[in-house]
Amino acid sequence: MRRYLLLVFTLLVSLPLQANLKVFTCEPEWAALAEELGGNHVDVTSATQAMQDPHYIQARPSLIAQIRKADLLVCTGAGLEAGWLPVLLRKGNNPRILAGKPGHLMATSHVTMKEVPQVVDRSMGDIHASGNPHIQTDPRNIAKVATVLTDRLIQIDSANRDEYQRRYEDFSLRWNTAIKDWQQKAASVKGMPVVVYHRSWIYLQDWLGLKEVASLEPKPGIPPGSRYLADVLNRTQGFTDLVIIHSQYQESKAIEWFSRKSGAPVVLLPSTVGGTAEAEDLFSWYEEIIRRLLKPHGGGNE
Amino acid sequence: MNRIITISGALIALNLTPLQAVANEDINQLRKQLEVLKQDYESRINALEKRLLEAEQSQHQLKQDIKAEQPVSPPQQQSVSAGQVPQPTAAKRGDKSFNPAISLILDGRYSDFSEDPEEYSLSGFQLAGEAGPGEQGFTLGHSELVISANADDKFFGRFTAAFDSHEGETEVVIEEAFLETLAMPYALKVRGGRFYSDIGYLNKQHPHQWDFTDAPLVYRGLFGNHLLDDGVQLSWLAPTDLYFELGSELLSGGRYPIEYSGDSTIPAYTLFAKLGGDVGISHSWQAGLSLIDAKVDYSTESGHGHGHEDEHEGEEEHMSPIYSGDTVTLGFDLVWKWAPQGNFKQRNLVLQYEYFNRDYDGMLSAEHEGMTETGSYDGSQSGWYAQAVYQFMPQWRLGLRYDSLTSSTSGSSPELIEESVFDSEGHDPWRYSMMADWSNSEFSRLRLQYGHDKSSPEANDYWILQYVLSLGAHGAHRY
Repeated sequence: MRRYLLLVFTLLVSLPLQANLKVFTCEPEWAALAEELGGNHVDVTSATQAMQDPHYIQARPSLIAQIRKADLLVCTGAGLEAGWLPVLLRKGNNPRILAGKPGHLMATSHVTMKEVPQVVDRSMGDIHASGNPHIQTDPRNIAKVATVLTDRLIQIDSANRDEYQRRYEDFSLRWNTAIKDWQQKAASVKGMPVVVYHRSWIYLQDWLGLKEVASLEPKPGIPPGSRYLADVLNRTQGFTDLVIIHSQYQESKAIEWFSRKSGAPVVLLPSTVGGTAEAEDLFSWYEEIIRRLLKPHGGGNE
Repeated sequence: MNRIITISGALIALNLTPLQAVANEDINQLRKQLEVLKQDYESRINALEKRLLEAEQSQHQLKQDIKAEQPVSPPQQQSVSAGQVPQPTAAKRGDKSFNPAISLILDGRYSDFSEDPEEYSLSGFQLAGEAGPGEQGFTLGHSELVISANADDKFFGRFTAAFDSHEGETEVVIEEAFLETLAMPYALKVRGGRFYSDIGYLNKQHPHQWDFTDAPLVYRGLFGNHLLDDGVQLSWLAPTDLYFELGSELLSGGRYPIEYSGDSTIPAYTLFAKLGGDVGISHSWQAGLSLIDAKVDYSTESGHGHGHEDEHEGEEEHMSPIYSGDTVTLGFDLVWKWAPQGNFKQRNLVLQYEYFNRDYDGMLSAEHEGMTETGSYDGSQSGWYAQAVYQFMPQWRLGLRYDSLTSSTSGSSPELIEESVFDSEGHDPWRYSMMADWSNSEFSRLRLQYGHDKSSPEANDYWILQYVLSLGAHGAHRY
């Protein structure tokens, strides 16, 4: 009985100490990263699941409730969440995570952006003035964000500084080793011509040397029409080893149609953690990307 | 001697640990810096490679352009990323989005009503403000200019000017001009100025965000489309997993339904509570309760359809009785949204229901040949609408809506009631509407709506073809 009471007492005393840092992420990849780096000291929730296109999220009541309690916000930024994050920030009444605070981390502010347009005009589709926001498809970008995220964790929760530092070193070592491994494995896909659905793979393309020859969306965010597809088909006829790449949330008849007509295999690449059943964490996610890229003729269409 | 050695040994040992820790930390930091440097170089090399590639490509393009003049061109072997303008890799950083965010909403329509919309009336209800079916033929709808931004780390501000055309005249109305706090403690928020009230579900949506071209009849009859006023709002967000928000507004009155010219500076207040959450990954919901308690005084020109006064010009002045006194409006709203896997882009279904009831407790008065007749009045009005909007594939949506209103009158003077707008002549208004819309992108929408409208005993069938364009800053995906 005394031991039981002691246990209860210890638990009660330690409860306030164990109030974990609440991390609210916009996309699953940042949730996975926050879990890698924060371990038991963080409670992570992600606004989107892998099956959801992060462009088209609504400021749902549950998200407002979650963002109100967050200590740290980790999002992609660069306009990817332009439709809903500003609303959440306004409705969440939470000063800890507003822009300019340590609790406000936008990944795209810490990597080199590609495709920064010189002219912004919506006739070009839903392009982002700050550049293509799909930075998570290059693992070296993840490494950069890991550094900043560790700094922020330490800044907000300095009591666990050593633990964050230790976890960061451990993660970076494993991650950088893995990057080299993936690069070696994927050496053979260099120069492979790909047709993408949405232009969300340019960072991966640049990393592995894939060659994007067309996108099935005529403009970012605008679904293809039949005439446009026929046009793309016409213009990609010269390629023999063409591969069609799309993300798990881009279910489209256009992809099937194009594959049937061109004979090119469809490869579903998980755009984030959870995008396929095998992509359970950051490491297995990239392994899955490489594996699927390496055998496009092995039935990547699911 | 031995002792000295032991002590110094111990001291060294003692010292060493922190020293080592410091050294470790230094090494770690160095490692980290090296890592950053390495990555920095890698990205620079990447950028250089990209530029080189682009330079090569543009040269290639040039050659191809020249070749293209020949009758037969070889199959293109280079990037034909259709529709893509080659975009230089700019190493520029930072958010280039507009500050402040400026957006312009364009709304135009072609309407065809089987009955003259000028003769429109809503049995048992007042019509005020912009409420009404619209005009016949080609008209401009509700154009809006919206400017908003965070003023600093504590305040957000928004300004909305609406431009409406009525019979060749342009009317500019400031619909919103408010400040809102961003960093109040305890998740409190204060809003002040002119704003759309947070009562109900649809009330705070601007006309271009509506799923149909027109407001539900209950909003048309009870709020003149919107409850919109000058005042202050306080709201609080509970620290719960379920979304729970409480709020209250103090309003100054000045437009229907809180027109007021008496002594009180705050003739109306509202209370609202909202609750919401997710059910699994594919469903989400929100429910709300609202109360509006207002002292009103419809002595101004409300309570009349458009243009009726003109017909009576020159004739004997015969105004319908006007109401002054208290009104209490209660509302309930429920929204349920479904999207497979929560992915709204592909398919989604939105179900929406709202109910409002208003009780009157005051006086009706009318002037007849210089005499003022008065009588007590304690009638009530209520109504609801239910709608379903289904996006069955990207870009395409179908919607169905049903409206129903009812009212009852009671008071000391049956003659006054009979002459007032409250008298429904035994008709309870109803309407059903169907719409189909197509959105090429998030920023444009074309909509066709058909409605069968029994606002008054005379049935009105109408068709409206509408476009809504949103220029400038990215609109909000509100729930």
